[in-house]
Amino acid sequence: MSKLFPDASETGLRASLGRRTFLRFAGISSVSALTLATLACDDHRPAPLNGAVDLGAGDVGIMNLAYSQEQLEVAFYSQVVQTPYSGITPEELAFFTDLRDRERTHLELFKYLLGDKAIPMLTPNFSSVNFSSRESVLKTGHTFEDLGVAALNGAGRLVTDMELLALSGKIVSVEARHAALLRDLLHPKSPALGFAGDDIITTDTGLDRAFLPPQVVMMAQPFIQQKISAERLPKA
Amino acid sequence: MNIFQLFSDIENVDADASDKLSYYSRRYFLRKGTKAATAVALPVALASITQEAFAQSTEVQEVLNFALKLEYLEEDFYQRALSQATFDFGADRPVFEQIHKHEASHVKLLQTALGAAAAPKPALKYDAFPDVFSNYQTFLIVAQAFEDTGVRAYKGQAPKLYKLPELTTALQIHAVEARHAAEVRRLREGRVWVTKNESDGAPAAVYAGEENTVQKVDVRTLGPGFSDIVVTEAFDEPLTKEAVLAIVQPFGVV
Repeated sequence: MSKLFPDASETGLRASLGRRTFLRFAGISSVSALTLATLACDDHRPAPLNGAVDLGAGDVGIMNLAYSQEQLEVAFYSQVVQTPYSGITPEELAFFTDLRDRERTHLELFKYLLGDKAIPMLTPNFSSVNFSSRESVLKTGHTFEDLGVAALNGAGRLVTDMELLALSGKIVSVEARHAALLRDLLHPKSPALGFAGDDIITTDTGLDRAFLPPQVVMMAQPFIQQKISAERLPKA
Repeated sequence: MNIFQLFSDIENVDADASDKLSYYSRRYFLRKGTKAATAVALPVALASITQEAFAQSTEVQEVLNFALKLEYLEEDFYQRALSQATFDFGADRPVFEQIHKHEASHVKLLQTALGAAAAPKPALKYDAFPDVFSNYQTFLIVAQAFEDTGVRAYKGQAPKLYKLPELTTALQIHAVEARHAAEVRRLREGRVWVTKNESDGAPAAVYAGEENTVQKVDVRTLGPGFSDIVVTEAFDEPLTKEAVLAIVQPFGVV
């Protein structure tokens, strides 16, 4: 069974850096003591119920949630590049390659920062995606990107570590650029369904979406073989 | 959990924490009864920040007024272009109508949130780009500069809204600005990403610092093919308030 990120073992940087790396990541924050306390609690984490993949608690949980999204995106774009839909233009193929490679950097960074607290590589379930259909591919792609934006928007307030908050901000706008690109390819210049369409941006307040972790997991779950548990993430 | 103990512990390890916490700890208690605003799946919208306007700290008001000034500029810029009968957008007009709609909504949202504390709209000017409303390519360059600056400005303010409901709203606006930026870049037949600090006709200050590749670690070291281009495009960088004001000051924003 294929893993989400087939090339992961080639990168050389593995979880062995582990906890120390994450502590260093946490250490500069102005509220690092709080973060460290949260991490310490993680050492006593209960075994996930029913074999579910437990994202963890606190900032670790939020990072693992983001990490799971990046895994999904990388797996998806890798598949698109390997089996492009018929009639794909060279420009579109280049876009999908670029999207894959930029999401890979997000994936590898989260893996590095999480160290031994990272969830395992997940197995995608793309049975609902028709990779030979341009429409299905573009729609699925922007669905993932839109969800990634909403996930980081909703998680912002739950983040304790200032540096993680800053990093999320650097990533979420790139996900929004990706969403806009895929939407514009599918519905060029469309106010209704395009780059910042009325189907996703509120028409009265001009806001993108913000989802709390349980809803993000609920929406991502159909695309992942393993059961994901956000039980221990911050609730509000 | 003993929330008082928690704050006291934080203050013990960070001398500056007292200032940082003073507003949101107070607000935590003011808000304790308003759980509805944080319900699952509900985008935090107008109501949730307006109902708390009475409790806004000076720090939060400063952030929101800074955002409001940038939204005034964007709204005014697109409105002027769209209202000029002679200005030819070609097939792109619906794009800028949509973008303008969002900027006008952001102005209204922030004005409502700030109430009486809202900064007035300044007298705006565009003489730094004399042909901006007669040359469509110049218009696109300035639009791109405004949108990418907006993205960087909101990103830079996010830490000041730490743990607050206004953070969610700011992030929701931030993502919309990023979508706008990507679209304008496509209309210019450019890349949706910011590549290194390439300004592509816009003022260089708009992209200063975007060449950064270090996110706790030099991301280029984390994988094969993680080049300068790939890594800088994958992470958008923030700008300080001062850097943003220096960019928009020539347009009359103070």
